[in-house]
Amino acid sequence: MSDHPDLAKLIFGRLTWEAIPLHEPILLYTFIAVALGGIAVLGAITYFRLWGYLWREWFTSIDHKKIGIMYMVLGLVMLLRGFADAIMMRLQQAVAFGDSAGYLPPHHYDQIFTAHGVIMIFFVAMPIVTGLMNYIVPLQIGARDVAFPFLNNFSFWMTTAGAVLVMMSLFVGEFARTGWLAYPPLSGIAASPDVGVDYYIWALQIAGVGTLLSGVNLLVTIIKMRAPGMKLMQMPVFTWTALCTNVLIVAAFPVLTAVLALLSLDRYLGFHVFTNELGGNAMMYVNLIWIWGHPEVYILILPMFGVFSEVVSTFSRKRLFGYTSMVYASIVITVLAYLVWLHHFFTMGSGASVNSFFGITTMIISIPTGAKIFNWLFTMYRGRITFELPMMWTVAFMVTFAIGGMTGVLLAVPPADFSLHNSLFLIAHFHNVIIGGVLFGAFAAINFWFPKAFGFKLDPFWGKCSFWLWVVGFYFAFMPLYVLGLMGVTRRLNHFEDPSLQIWFQIAAFGAVLIALGIACMLIQFVVSFRRREALRDVTGDPWGGRTLEWSTSSPPPAYNFAFTPQVHDSDAWWQMKEHGYRRPLSGFIDVHMPKNTGAGIILAGISTVLGFALIWQMWPLVVLAFVSLLATAIGHTFNYKRDFYIPATEVAAVEAARTEQLASHV
Amino acid sequence: MSAHADTHATHGGHDHDHDHDEGAAHVSFKGYMIGFVLAVILTAIPFWLVMSGGFKTSSTTALVVLGFAAVQIVVHMVYFLHMNTKSEGGWNMLALIFTAVLVLITLSGSIWVMYHLNHNMMPALMQDVRNLP
Amino acid sequence: MGAEAREPLQFHLETEHHPQNGTLLGFWLYLMSDCLIFACMFAVYGVLGRSYAGGPTGAEIFELPLVAVNTSLLLLSSITYGFAMLEMQRNRQRGTLIWLAITGLLGAGFIGIELYEFTHLIADGAGPQRSAFLSSFFTLVGTHGLHVSCGIIWLITLMVQVSKKGLIAENKRRLWCLSMFWHFLDVVWVGVFSFVYLMGVLP
Repeated sequence: MSDHPDLAKLIFGRLTWEAIPLHEPILLYTFIAVALGGIAVLGAITYFRLWGYLWREWFTSIDHKKIGIMYMVLGLVMLLRGFADAIMMRLQQAVAFGDSAGYLPPHHYDQIFTAHGVIMIFFVAMPIVTGLMNYIVPLQIGARDVAFPFLNNFSFWMTTAGAVLVMMSLFVGEFARTGWLAYPPLSGIAASPDVGVDYYIWALQIAGVGTLLSGVNLLVTIIKMRAPGMKLMQMPVFTWTALCTNVLIVAAFPVLTAVLALLSLDRYLGFHVFTNELGGNAMMYVNLIWIWGHPEVYILILPMFGVFSEVVSTFSRKRLFGYTSMVYASIVITVLAYLVWLHHFFTMGSGASVNSFFGITTMIISIPTGAKIFNWLFTMYRGRITFELPMMWTVAFMVTFAIGGMTGVLLAVPPADFSLHNSLFLIAHFHNVIIGGVLFGAFAAINFWFPKAFGFKLDPFWGKCSFWLWVVGFYFAFMPLYVLGLMGVTRRLNHFEDPSLQIWFQIAAFGAVLIALGIACMLIQFVVSFRRREALRDVTGDPWGGRTLEWSTSSPPPAYNFAFTPQVHDSDAWWQMKEHGYRRPLSGFIDVHMPKNTGAGIILAGISTVLGFALIWQMWPLVVLAFVSLLATAIGHTFNYKRDFYIPATEVAAVEAARTEQLASHV
Repeated sequence: MSAHADTHATHGGHDHDHDHDEGAAHVSFKGYMIGFVLAVILTAIPFWLVMSGGFKTSSTTALVVLGFAAVQIVVHMVYFLHMNTKSEGGWNMLALIFTAVLVLITLSGSIWVMYHLNHNMMPALMQDVRNLP
Repeated sequence: MGAEAREPLQFHLETEHHPQNGTLLGFWLYLMSDCLIFACMFAVYGVLGRSYAGGPTGAEIFELPLVAVNTSLLLLSSITYGFAMLEMQRNRQRGTLIWLAITGLLGAGFIGIELYEFTHLIADGAGPQRSAFLSSFFTLVGTHGLHVSCGIIWLITLMVQVSKKGLIAENKRRLWCLSMFWHFLDVVWVGVFSFVYLMGVLP
């Protein structure tokens, strides 16, 4: 890279021009497309002079609503990347038979399936789940913000920093070729000496800090900041499931942090924790990472159970059936989530006693989940159901998730697992529950709460197009994989010899194309809704006849959420207020105590990104520099004691008067 | 800071205008000294036991050492970390118990799983796994 | 619902609602998560702690007298932190700072001895690269040491903040958090010296 190889090595570490994949046409074209798109976006922001606005109103914002929206945007953007990976794999598998090697070389294909898994779990599902909880929970419990607003902003940017590192690996160096959990010894330094696994490690470690802190934050928010009168057993079900999810986050993510730290010690300093030599035990990695991995599954699905509960009771216009059993089912799932991890590696060889214990606990954990399904069905029973988009997604979820759940119980039988393990049956199963559960839940939630967040509903026509394409596409894409799995086809293969299998892969690829159209319709839905926003406007703040407190304030809610803190007497607090003919106060406004914006979060996360990049490429001087400035910035931030301010009562009065006018125009 | 340890299980609404240090316990010289003396004793005994050769069988010594450790952890929790069922409306204690259960599951589960694995997959090596190259 | 539902219910507060500060609870929850990091390290040591790979065993390399000195330093630093908290409770800034400084010095002594132990082990060919046992030993004890080091940096920061701003409510809250952190590391150390050192030298 320069005339002084030693100096260049010191400064740039392992980074050379070789790391830029100019010789890979697919990556090159992707890079050109991304670069052009990026320049266009940045140019547009500059042209419309939006930088100041974005910085003041969004990037440095500690408003939980804006942070929630930013999380959702991050999740949806990363969904596009993760889905691009998915459709590339589907196309490769549909064509790579016999003499045809397909269009993806193995080392590239391996990076794609790793990146797909990592991105979909950590940078799509997690941001969407966290974003939803961030937006909804404080509104549902009648709070002004979360307990630690600055930490919230910091958490978001740390998650984004992790996503940025993963995206960087596309164009600088490469990503891991190990599968999404990076099992050693494959991910060890001997088998993977390049930067791929290091990208994996540092992206997840940095994002993990954000996830953990946001878990603590939301837990304290729910425990400490509920509106007066709201007892635990009066919290909305979504808040309850958010509570359980955050318990799982706080208790599971440290395990991931620890196990990735151990892996990096093996890779960077030559430790022998998970190596094959000198007493190391790679199986311990598998054991530990699934102690995190299984609760992670419930971290993703529990909040969606909350979403479905809110949607079902709202659109059936009935109180949720079995509120108490719903809460206890969530708690039981939370605890049992820690007792089933071994079902991910029955075939490892721990023997009959261990396998039967974990097989039985796995079957037990499906009971509370089943109970929830029945609760939703009983809520719908004799309800006045309106099939708006959120309700459609919910029904699709119930059918799809039930199938996924049943194949899950099948996999929980250790002898059956011995033949299904690592097969496409497993792939079909977990996509069945994650797409059918988490993604359908996310779409239900987006359609349900979008009017709350932006003040207008989403266009139903394009929403329905997206719905049908997604649901049908899902069945086309994954039912063939069940068949293939039962025939014994294993996962992560980029080439097949037996031509009789090809038709199934072609059907699956067709399904993936349908899903692509579904995603396209969703993007169109956003654009069309924005253009038709006046026609779709929600002036009431309560477009669906909601039951919980978030619907009692305006759409979108003011910065302070509620002019007066609500007082709660019932689990369906807003429903009860409506029944009692509650009138919102029009005078007597008071100063509202709010936290102040700060740029510290984005700066710290930016330095963390540099630190991660330097660690990946082993640029040691930069590592030291980044680490010292990270520490200094963090300590410097603690010297800032003035972190809040008051919104004067006059301003509150003006905002509330505008709302009164809006409500009057509606009636 | 007042010596209150009120539970706040239900929010009263208007009673939060006082000092914002709710949740912090009142500490006393006596409490710290009791904790310190107990901790010294509970540290000294196992050290003495092991350094003087211990019991005849190592497993007995190990169990005794672990027993003392468990008691000492409780002492530290009570006297230094001021754990009680009242602080933060019981949430501290709940979190602690939950964590203790998870620590137990992680530790004993891992050891159980890995022991059986080694036993099944490399029985010959279990004999002298300590000297494996 | 029922009869009392007919009573006029109050549905909002007329005054500003100040929820309880959640910092101490939040910090405790963070500590619980930290506790699970240590649980993993302990689990790894529990599984690999006898995989000597023909290298040195615990009985050969652990020097219990040194560990005893180290343990007493940490225990002493706990009680001195307690004294700092007592001074803080009486709003005596000077006394608080003095006891904090003593605590920091004891902590630094602990780290010093640990570094001495580590460098000796590495020099004697018993570094973390020698065997899985030593890898897991260094990771577990090193993670604890890293936490203590962070605690010392935090303690210095807080001493500066207390001397600049005095014992205001925020600083008291931070002192409480550090107190929990410091005592929590003690608890972990109890596990370390029992599970690693004392049980490690048993035949």
